[in-house]
Amino acid sequence: MNALLNPIRRLGALSINAIWRLGFISRFFVAILLNSGQSLLRFRLTIREVYFAGVLSLIIIIVSGLFVGMVLGLQGYNTLARFGSADALGALVALSLLRELGPVLAALLFASRSGSAMTAEIGLMKATEQLEAMSVMAVNPIARVVAPRFWAGVISMPILAALFNVMGILGGYLVGVEMIGLDAGTFWSQMQNNVDLHYDVVNGLIKSLFFGMAVTLVAVFEGYDATPTAAGVSSATTRTVVTSALVILALDFVLTAFMF
Amino acid sequence: MSSDSFIELKNVSFAYGDRPILQDISLTIPRGKLVAIMGGSGSGKTTLLRLISGQVLAQKGQVLVDGQDVGRMSSRDLYQHRRRMGMLFQFGALFTDLSVFDNVAFPIREHTRLPESMIRDLVLMKLNAVGLRGTEALMPAELSGGMARRIALARAIALDPQIMLYDEPFTGLDPISLGTIALLIKKLNDALGTSAVMVTHDVHKSLEIVDHVYFVAGGKIAAEGTPDEVRHSSSPWVQQFVQGEADGPVHFAYPATQGLAEAFGIKGETA
Repeated sequence: MNALLNPIRRLGALSINAIWRLGFISRFFVAILLNSGQSLLRFRLTIREVYFAGVLSLIIIIVSGLFVGMVLGLQGYNTLARFGSADALGALVALSLLRELGPVLAALLFASRSGSAMTAEIGLMKATEQLEAMSVMAVNPIARVVAPRFWAGVISMPILAALFNVMGILGGYLVGVEMIGLDAGTFWSQMQNNVDLHYDVVNGLIKSLFFGMAVTLVAVFEGYDATPTAAGVSSATTRTVVTSALVILALDFVLTAFMF
Repeated sequence: MSSDSFIELKNVSFAYGDRPILQDISLTIPRGKLVAIMGGSGSGKTTLLRLISGQVLAQKGQVLVDGQDVGRMSSRDLYQHRRRMGMLFQFGALFTDLSVFDNVAFPIREHTRLPESMIRDLVLMKLNAVGLRGTEALMPAELSGGMARRIALARAIALDPQIMLYDEPFTGLDPISLGTIALLIKKLNDALGTSAVMVTHDVHKSLEIVDHVYFVAGGKIAAEGTPDEVRHSSSPWVQQFVQGEADGPVHFAYPATQGLAEAFGIKGETA
């Protein structure tokens, strides 16, 4: 009888645990919003984190964007040429980047580069009693440590996604025009005709704003919630990357369904 | 003694979940005195400190600081309470992303609006008090354990607290650093007139500097007295602790539920 019931019990425990964590992360989100005054008034605190989360991610974003754009250029050309519409390459590259690839890939890269770093840093601060020391000094760690990082992530993500898009389009141009030899005028004018500022560009940036909030929220939460040991911080870092990736892709589906 | 008590615990009980840590403990820390709380690892000493700082709340009883019950403070009052309190953590808990200077300046910057030139003077004064002026540009990772502990002490006294809490200040230090820290704690307490609680299991060093000692065991106060009374105590428990003997009233072996033979899987004999 037990052998029959145990898997059901485990499933129940898992669901309860998942719902409990969802509630916990929501309350944590509210706590961050309520304690955001300092990170906005003393903006230097947030700028510092923008440097660590955003500026230091530039290289990976720029290089990845360039390569993704170049691959798009190659694959897009091969496919489009089959239907005799290679001229549309500019529109294809720009639309796929602006609507989907830019926000999603930049967010995935951001999660593994900066999200994991945030989790590890906050987790280690917890493990070495730094968060506790802060709270004993009458300084709220959510206001002083968590909120600036959260806002830094929210600010950095759309900018990084935009840069990813720019580099991707440049990569598509390099392959399509410079390497394959499509007409530059056609490439750009196709892009200009088919890309709408609001529908494509702004929606893409709104997506990445949501991704930025989700990724940083997961990252700071996992760090703050980490078991304060070496093993605990390591598994929290892993969870950040895994959860962020799943949340990004799920959120992307929902947002796409609403937007396009 | 209770007339000039600054910190007072009245019949305090505390449990983590259903694991009781402290049971019906009462103790007082007089104004301006340095009091040690001793006991084995896991006896609930650190929990006592956390009760005073308001990091955990007593389930029963009162924790009074200057007449105010820490357990009934609003979070605003609690932060106000913590501002006049300094705490030295077991391993210093310096902020690893800030330099020594910024670590010591941290509480001043967070709680006051002093100009940078005055913050600089204050920080250098505090660093001078712990004998480490000249280290202000270093990062915590570049400090030895003893130095980090002293910087943390400078940070804890940055706002001239009325209460100092020391969590195992001597753990993991070489004899010279240990002596330095003990001397500093004593000197600072005399100079600032703070009421201080020190949680420790280093008997000999503590007895040299404190005014009063409480022994905690099994969640209760097992013994108390001045250092002289403790040294000459007739209680076998206190003697075991002071002499550091492995066996005595406190047993060497953890109370196992199985006998040794049974644990090894040897049957037949009465385990």
